[in-house]
Amino acid sequence: MGDLNKLTIAEARDALRKGETTAVALTEACLKAIDSADALGAVAHKTPDLALERARAADERLQAREEAPAMCGIPVGIKDLFCTEGVPSQAASKILEGFRPDYESTVSGKLKDAGAVMVGKLNMDEFAMGSSNETSVYGNAINPWKAEGGAALTPGGSSGGSASAVAADLCLAATGTDTGGSIRQPAAFTGIVGLKPTYGRCSRWGIVAFASSLDQAGPMTRTVRDAAIMGAAMMGHDPKDSTSADMAVPDFEAMLTGDIRGKVIGIPKEYRMDGMPVAIGKLWSDGAEMLKDAGAEIRDISLPHTRYALPAYYVIAPAEASSNLARYDGVRFGHRAALAPGDGITEMYEKTRAEGFGDEVKRRVMIGTYVLSAGFYDAYYNRARKVRALIKRDFDEAFAAGVDSILTPTTPSAAFALGREVSDPVEMYLNDVFTVTVNLAGLPGISVPVGRDGQGLPLGLQLIGRPWEEGALLNTAYALEGAAGFVAKPAKWW
Amino acid sequence: MSIDIETAARVAKLARIKVEDEDLPVLAGEFNAILGFIEQLQQLDIDDVDPMTSVTPMRLKRRADVVTDGNQQAKVLANAPDAREGFFAVPKVVE
Repeated sequence: MGDLNKLTIAEARDALRKGETTAVALTEACLKAIDSADALGAVAHKTPDLALERARAADERLQAREEAPAMCGIPVGIKDLFCTEGVPSQAASKILEGFRPDYESTVSGKLKDAGAVMVGKLNMDEFAMGSSNETSVYGNAINPWKAEGGAALTPGGSSGGSASAVAADLCLAATGTDTGGSIRQPAAFTGIVGLKPTYGRCSRWGIVAFASSLDQAGPMTRTVRDAAIMGAAMMGHDPKDSTSADMAVPDFEAMLTGDIRGKVIGIPKEYRMDGMPVAIGKLWSDGAEMLKDAGAEIRDISLPHTRYALPAYYVIAPAEASSNLARYDGVRFGHRAALAPGDGITEMYEKTRAEGFGDEVKRRVMIGTYVLSAGFYDAYYNRARKVRALIKRDFDEAFAAGVDSILTPTTPSAAFALGREVSDPVEMYLNDVFTVTVNLAGLPGISVPVGRDGQGLPLGLQLIGRPWEEGALLNTAYALEGAAGFVAKPAKWW
Repeated sequence: MSIDIETAARVAKLARIKVEDEDLPVLAGEFNAILGFIEQLQQLDIDDVDPMTSVTPMRLKRRADVVTDGNQQAKVLANAPDAREGFFAVPKVVE
């Protein structure tokens, strides 16, 4: 076999069953790739001993029973936002330095129980707040893709380490989380597939909370088939998360027929932004043409409240974050500031949080505090929740009119250079303009690599589906993937 | 709506994040940029819209009111910056 770390999940699964390779061999190939890729900054905590131990157990399981789960023996990376038992889990924040949970998040636990092999914890934006992986206490994660002779590029964020690791073949797949686009935007920037499931599909238990009504975990993979396999392994009801849906998870892989004849694909006119790069506009119309050629009906639709999605998001997400992050007080876990003589408990809170949180996290916690404070609650928070209802209604109406899925660009640009001077925080927020509506409406969305820009950088298109219909969404994505035939890989420089 | 230095200081206090006086003007400027962006929400007429409470209509599940967990004092305290005699230790709270 060729380089084992470059296999897809489906290829590795089949090879394991044919006895052509072992989980240990797959894992060793990934560990070697990880050790030679420190320049990418993708892996924040390496777990080689644990990985080999789990790989050996997976091999035993594969030999003992033929019906081992599909993920058995598959090396995966886990975003640092997931609590993993006995392994550092610090959400890329200084305030959780040294934190080793005594428990395993439901989603990483499901993967572990299925026999998947965690090779390390992956870099991300601090508390998942960012779109470039530049707010991490570990330093930047870097995109394996580069423009010709160009500077280091962002892999996107917040799941930047996950995207970089999967694109650079450091693991076969990775977990991500998506609050406003944090799976789909980095997937698009690195030429991989990223699925954000319907809100409630994946349990949030044990995932460090950012904005609880928006957060959702999902798979980041090389192919749509892999997203179907890994996604199904991550989903399912969990009594420990009250918003987890008690619904059966279908066999998504079995639904990948590629037959989308008669499906109605909506093209929302509000997503055609002023100043959209030519390459993005062309990618979008090419993608629509591909789906049309596959037998789908392309229909122009309107989602009139789209322009209010980002402002609503930047009320709701910080408001929820300010509540969720109140727990970081220097008492129960993580960092506590050194105190001066005479300092009381208030000084302990204030110094601990000032030292432990990075600038973007502080900004969002304080904005959240402001919009929830007496006198502003109605003007900001309640108003944003009303706008959120309208944004969801736009989608509900489109689906009621017969639209099966909606096609948009994933991002307004290709990956941009790291270290750009950003004086206005709002400029960075605009990265999420096409993805954030999906979180506000609780819908499933997937980014599929479809083409490259003039500099050879990957570009993705997003498909948005009806709630709970990830199977149909994945099948449409599968048809798009097949038609686009994106196979390019970044040239190795690291 | 414009945030002055005094308001920025008050918000920092409410959020229990220490901000040095010399950093307050920049912070107030950033708040104003973000709030200016959020201000677009005021353009919509939404008086007759109910605020969203749950993105997917679902009833919270019920379960029997019984103890399902506990007796893990050591695990609960394992990550504490300062734990003594089975308790979290903090600076003196009551004078």
